[in-house]
Amino acid sequence: MAVTIDRAAPSEARAQPESTTPAWVVQTSGLTKHFRVGGFFSPRFLHAADDIDLSIAERQIVALVGESGSGKTTVARLLALIYRPTRGEIRFKGRPLGSLRTRREVLDYRSRVPMVFQDPYSSLNPVYRVSHGIMRALKLHRPEVRPADRRAEAERVLESVGLTPPGRFLAKYPHELSGGQRQRIGFAQALASSPELILADEPVSMLDVSVRIGVLNLMAQLRTERGISILYITHDIASARYVADRLLVMYAGHVVESGPSEDVLAHPKHPYTQLLLSAVPDPRAPVNTMPSADVGEPPRVVDPSEGCRFRGRCPYAIEVCFQVTPRLRELRRDHTAACHVATADPAE
Amino acid sequence: MGLDVRLVADQSAVQAEAAHPEAGALHIVGRALLSNRKALAGVVILGIFLVVAIVPGLLAPYDPHAQIFEQTLGPSRAHLLGTTGNGQDIFSQLIWGTRESLAIAIIAGLLATVLSLLIGVSSAYLGGLSDHVLSLFTDVFLVIPTLPLMIVLAAYARNGGLAVLIAVIVITGWSYGARQLRSQALSLRNREFLDAARVRGERSSYVIVFEILPTMTSLIVANFLGVALYAVLAAAGLQFIGLGNPSDMSWGTMLFWAQNNGALNAGSPLWAILPGLCIALLGAAFALLNYAFDEITNPALRPVRRRR
Amino acid sequence: MITVKPLLEVEDLTVEYATDAGPVRAVDNVSLDVAPGEFVGIVGESGCGKSTLLFAIARLLSTSCDVVGGSVRLHGRDLLAMDEQALREIRWRDYSLVMQSAMNALNPVLTVGAQLEDTIAAHESMPGREAHHRSASLLRLVGIDPLHLKSYPHQLSGGMRQRAMIAMALIFTPELVIMDEPTSALDVVAQRSLMLEIKELQRKIGFAAVFVTHDMSLVSHFSDRLAVMYAGQIVELGTTRELFRDPKHPYTRALMASFPSISGPKEFLQGIPGNPPDLVHPPAGCRFHPRCPLVEPRFRIEEPPMVAVGNTLVRCHRYGRDH
Repeated sequence: MAVTIDRAAPSEARAQPESTTPAWVVQTSGLTKHFRVGGFFSPRFLHAADDIDLSIAERQIVALVGESGSGKTTVARLLALIYRPTRGEIRFKGRPLGSLRTRREVLDYRSRVPMVFQDPYSSLNPVYRVSHGIMRALKLHRPEVRPADRRAEAERVLESVGLTPPGRFLAKYPHELSGGQRQRIGFAQALASSPELILADEPVSMLDVSVRIGVLNLMAQLRTERGISILYITHDIASARYVADRLLVMYAGHVVESGPSEDVLAHPKHPYTQLLLSAVPDPRAPVNTMPSADVGEPPRVVDPSEGCRFRGRCPYAIEVCFQVTPRLRELRRDHTAACHVATADPAE
Repeated sequence: MGLDVRLVADQSAVQAEAAHPEAGALHIVGRALLSNRKALAGVVILGIFLVVAIVPGLLAPYDPHAQIFEQTLGPSRAHLLGTTGNGQDIFSQLIWGTRESLAIAIIAGLLATVLSLLIGVSSAYLGGLSDHVLSLFTDVFLVIPTLPLMIVLAAYARNGGLAVLIAVIVITGWSYGARQLRSQALSLRNREFLDAARVRGERSSYVIVFEILPTMTSLIVANFLGVALYAVLAAAGLQFIGLGNPSDMSWGTMLFWAQNNGALNAGSPLWAILPGLCIALLGAAFALLNYAFDEITNPALRPVRRRR
Repeated sequence: MITVKPLLEVEDLTVEYATDAGPVRAVDNVSLDVAPGEFVGIVGESGCGKSTLLFAIARLLSTSCDVVGGSVRLHGRDLLAMDEQALREIRWRDYSLVMQSAMNALNPVLTVGAQLEDTIAAHESMPGREAHHRSASLLRLVGIDPLHLKSYPHQLSGGMRQRAMIAMALIFTPELVIMDEPTSALDVVAQRSLMLEIKELQRKIGFAAVFVTHDMSLVSHFSDRLAVMYAGQIVELGTTRELFRDPKHPYTRALMASFPSISGPKEFLQGIPGNPPDLVHPPAGCRFHPRCPLVEPRFRIEEPPMVAVGNTLVRCHRYGRDH
């Protein structure tokens, strides 16, 4: 059963010229978010995300992979200004987000960093036609487009996400569209504001399998043809490989591994990444019936103690894992992992 | 078990997909009202009362206040429903009384609903301390026994007339709706289109008015109908015990006068029964419409009509 | 080859929903056999009718759904023709059900032990101590510590809840267990763990399993045979190995090509163009024709027959006798 390879796979974007400092669209350092649990006066905190350092360059799709509760959605919401960080900093093109004061400045950020949501059934307001969100985005973020021209611009945006004829789609209500079409509308809304980085929070998880590929291909197209960067949040490492240039693996609020997607998949350094990869059902590979670290579940991190959060399920855990929280360190070129036990590969 | 609910939910999805293409909110409501028997009955009754309230002069043969006729007559061609113990035409009184009863229901309903909305939705959207404070406020009013409160307030502001009556009804009637609307607004808080609006950069006021409220229309209307029903009965009750202005012309005051004159025993039972019937009918109209709105908003309650 | 008498025989089953726009045929003339101890996977996307098929077999359709044709025979007896009394005798004993989300199907205010014992009591009058003993051994069977008999569903993890559901389904060691996407609410690691568990239980107890899922790759390592459904019909039915080695129906091929792989070279995937079909007005002729890369004019009008190609059944014109 041959699948024609007639196009470069989506995550092989045009190669970046070697440069010393790539243009970072977004960089976070020590980004942390804690939520108070147990009521108003409770001293307990849920550590949704701790010490996240991530960087997204121009023209790059970065995948944030993790199970539910890993903190990946929290990171997206922090970047979308839905949450305010407990600690740490987010820089957008060098400028810290904490310094955004006026509504105009915030609006400017929002127009460059829109978000696409997970649930096609609740991300569009059911009482309005689907043109509503796009027109509002145009009104708020594209003042140079005159009111009379807005409709034409909306149609142009719909065409670029593959919804043709655009005029017919603009008039529809959300419940008249399929899940895949609704997610494309979500991307259209993001595109309407001329974005530089799109935060995509599990955009395909609730879609049928056959529809997912279309949306993933759209994302790759946006990156390659329009130079838009995308932060792709997902629990599906296979789709992350398909579309992303870089992969970050999150576990219990920490980034545990980070590197180019092919390298992380070919040489997974963190035991959790290895577990994830072994558990993904891949019909093209023989079944891996090794039980390995199948015990336990990702912990809910309320007031965690020091030490690696994966220690309860890790087959390689040693004493230091219970005492010292591992930090990300480079184990292969441009490929880091936060693990005391993982070894660095000799430079190639 | 979750099975049946899920199957019905699947089916609603299929139904939704098969819905009429121009499914704007108004269309959905209109179509649903006309195709639902309960709603139709409610609309018809309410419609009749509305017409009567708008043009009473065309329908009532006599001045309702005029005490010029022979007292306590039975129904006849001259007096369709007879006369009262004070020599007034019952039919004309009923016709003219419609206006006040309906006005109270609608105005009190609107005011109470607006108050419920303001407090309930803000409470849900603002969250945190504001939510706690507003909810406490709502709960206090919810817990106070309404009838005694109504009587106390009305007795205090005697002779204030219609305005006092409406105020009393609104004060005692807003809290239930506020709780309901807050609940629904809370459940909406996790809907992603609200997050989407915020991330788009919309102001909070915009989000509340243009994103949240439109999705709550059916609950808001249902709320209004509920309070209107409450207002009809409460107003009648207060007027019956004499706390309204006895010289007003409404069904409640008719009952007051009928009671004062011992109508049931004195041979003019219609004088007592008919205003009560009208009150019940108007209340029923609101209740029927309320049922219909429940069915519109919750597809699981709809009867499934099979077409072969 | 010895032909074993099938445990479950579904023949020409057709189920319709009533909607305002007319009847919707959610399951259209589906025929399927399950041999004793066999693991049959039913694969398809949303709206293909797989869940409805399952509920029809288990006699759990809601009142707005009607079985308008066909039969479902368990050990030769038509389940659809049975009255409530007869059904009650075989329900949970001869066949049982595992639902998609344990949090929906388990009662949140009762302990796991209480629910197990309730289920036992509903079908058999067993003395309390024996029921308790039975429940404990069932939990042990699925890998849960029996002290969790006293736990409430919300105190268990997602994977454990699903396993508790499976324990409930196995109380009377039925011969057939029907499962509706029991792993979809779990994360990838718990999913695999549960699948291995199910396969192990099947080996120990010997029940046949009908497993509905939208994730073809999940079931690929565990099923003996696979049925692929589209728009209410089975479009391909054959052994798992054969299906993956040489998928015949264009939909099966396209579906398989929609799963990005984590191993091997990176390939560009096409997905399937178009949208899932509208069951109120299904496409004429072959239901897949609007999205099929191999369509011919005749396919738009004539419905394709189910044709045997080797041991696989395919519903496709391209394998008809004219090709």
